[in-house]
Amino acid sequence: MSTATFNRLTPYLFLAPAVVIMALALLYPLGYMIYGSFRAWDPSQALGESTFVGLANYVTLWNDPSFHESAGVTLKFAASVVSVEMFIGVGLALLLDRNIRGMSVLRTLFILPMMIAPVVVGLIWRYMYHPSVGIFNNTLKSLGFESIDWLGQHALLAVILADIWQWTPFIFILSLAALQSLPRSALEAARIDGATAWQQIIHIKLPLMMPVLIVTGLLRLIDAFKVLEVILVMTEGGPGLSTEILALRISRTATEFRELGVAAAMSNYLLMMLLVLTVIMLAYNRVQEYRAARAIRIIEEDI
Amino acid sequence: MSSSSETHQSQHPAFYMVVVMLIIMAIGPIALMFVNSFKLDVDIISGTSGLLFLPTIQNYETALCDVLPYEMEHLDFCALKFGGAFVNSLVIALVSTILTLVIGCMAAYALVRFRFMGRDAVSGSTLMVRMVPPAVLLVPVFGLWNNEFCISKTSWLGSLIRDEFGGRGDVCLAGTHSGIILIYVAMNLPFVIWILQSFIVQVPRQLEEAARMDGAGPFQVFFKVVLPLIKPGLAAAAIFTFRIAWNEYLLASALSDRDTKTVPILIVNNMSEFNVEWGVIMATGMLLAIPPIIFTLFASRQIITGMTAGAVKG
Repeated sequence: MSTATFNRLTPYLFLAPAVVIMALALLYPLGYMIYGSFRAWDPSQALGESTFVGLANYVTLWNDPSFHESAGVTLKFAASVVSVEMFIGVGLALLLDRNIRGMSVLRTLFILPMMIAPVVVGLIWRYMYHPSVGIFNNTLKSLGFESIDWLGQHALLAVILADIWQWTPFIFILSLAALQSLPRSALEAARIDGATAWQQIIHIKLPLMMPVLIVTGLLRLIDAFKVLEVILVMTEGGPGLSTEILALRISRTATEFRELGVAAAMSNYLLMMLLVLTVIMLAYNRVQEYRAARAIRIIEEDI
Repeated sequence: MSSSSETHQSQHPAFYMVVVMLIIMAIGPIALMFVNSFKLDVDIISGTSGLLFLPTIQNYETALCDVLPYEMEHLDFCALKFGGAFVNSLVIALVSTILTLVIGCMAAYALVRFRFMGRDAVSGSTLMVRMVPPAVLLVPVFGLWNNEFCISKTSWLGSLIRDEFGGRGDVCLAGTHSGIILIYVAMNLPFVIWILQSFIVQVPRQLEEAARMDGAGPFQVFFKVVLPLIKPGLAAAAIFTFRIAWNEYLLASALSDRDTKTVPILIVNNMSEFNVEWGVIMATGMLLAIPPIIFTLFASRQIITGMTAGAVKG
């Protein structure tokens, strides 16, 4: 092989491993899943040996009340964690966006919860929620209140709180970065015009941060649909189906009920849900980006 | 980025109160686990809260009983095999991180220097892959790794492996370290390529051309010139890949067999028993949490770079 051909082939040689691995271990499995979702398929047989059942798996799920409940729990969980985390995270970023000593230490401590394993997070919270040894009920008791059945009656609230603890820092860090990269000129101009701190936040900072906030919210929303280990360790989806989010239901359908075809169809429903949400958020982001750009232009023309 | 000026504004005392409260809320639960991992179950259950207890490393000894060289008095049977699981976790996480970095680096370099695809296409596909929950991959990966990605035991390589390592049936990816590593590498590649791309773009072209003038081939240019310059990006990518491979439970539990179980799997299995031994489980949780905590303390800047790169431009 001559040097010239070798040089021409270099980029393909560099790309080949990544392309092969992703095709083999991501694209092929996804195609395999879509194909499998049209079949009555159990773990003991190869996919080729299973029988084609058309849309039966999808129809079964569509009419299955417990699937509806799982989907509802998933949406409730995702909507509550994303909105509460956005509210607290952005609020904290606005509050702590000051030139204080030790800011980097603070940020380091804040990212600890999201770096440790979800399994460990679930374990810590399950301990803290424990009816007799947990710290929450012990504190309540020593203050003279009734103890609360955290992982029973209030299981969904309990897992939502754990997720808020783990992931609010993510929103905080991203909003802080967004705040610090805002054009100084716009903030300066507002200050000179005599805008109060509140006015600056509502009319300048928030609108300009909006594009980043939407992407942040989108990333968080996508991840909220993926949460599984924390809930598995804390409640195993129970009591009843009260915390059984779709990801957990998929894994149980596949491993406990041994219905791979149904699990595949459920995976497809979940993917479609995520796709629709992502497209909506991205379209909304376009609109907001355009608005933010226009806002900056107007402010800068004012100066 | 804002410039870090030397003068710090002084703030209202209430402001510092809020900051201290936030710190307690953020690391309190982790500290609680740390403290409890040194308590005996009696102390945990009796609820003598606070720091009035005799710290013991007995929980850690119980957890690691299969790798510690000495006999333990409090234990007559080593039921938990966490030591082996730690080795599995370590092998899987390290190998997937190294492979992802090498392969991702090469791909990112090709994408930047030879202009195949725009950055938009790469960030689009990164987002698409990020959208796929591991639970969605569970079914197809389980099926493929068990039934399709196999070598027949009658083939030359298959019979060689069966003779060497024993076992029955066809040689399949499921149940091996490589099977788990393959899916982790694939899952992390898009993000790694995308992060590294933004670092490689900043490497001046002239440097590479100078090296080429001196007679370096494309591989030499890549390894000797480009790689040293993108170390911060490599660090960020490495931490994120390691974190996912080290912490992941679902796919590992579907793909591992008795000998390739990772730590998260053992923790989940022990949690679902009726009588949870809190002390021991906290100790294992602590052991699983230590590597990510160390990374966070020493490389928080790279982690924040990696995290913000996703949403904040510039």
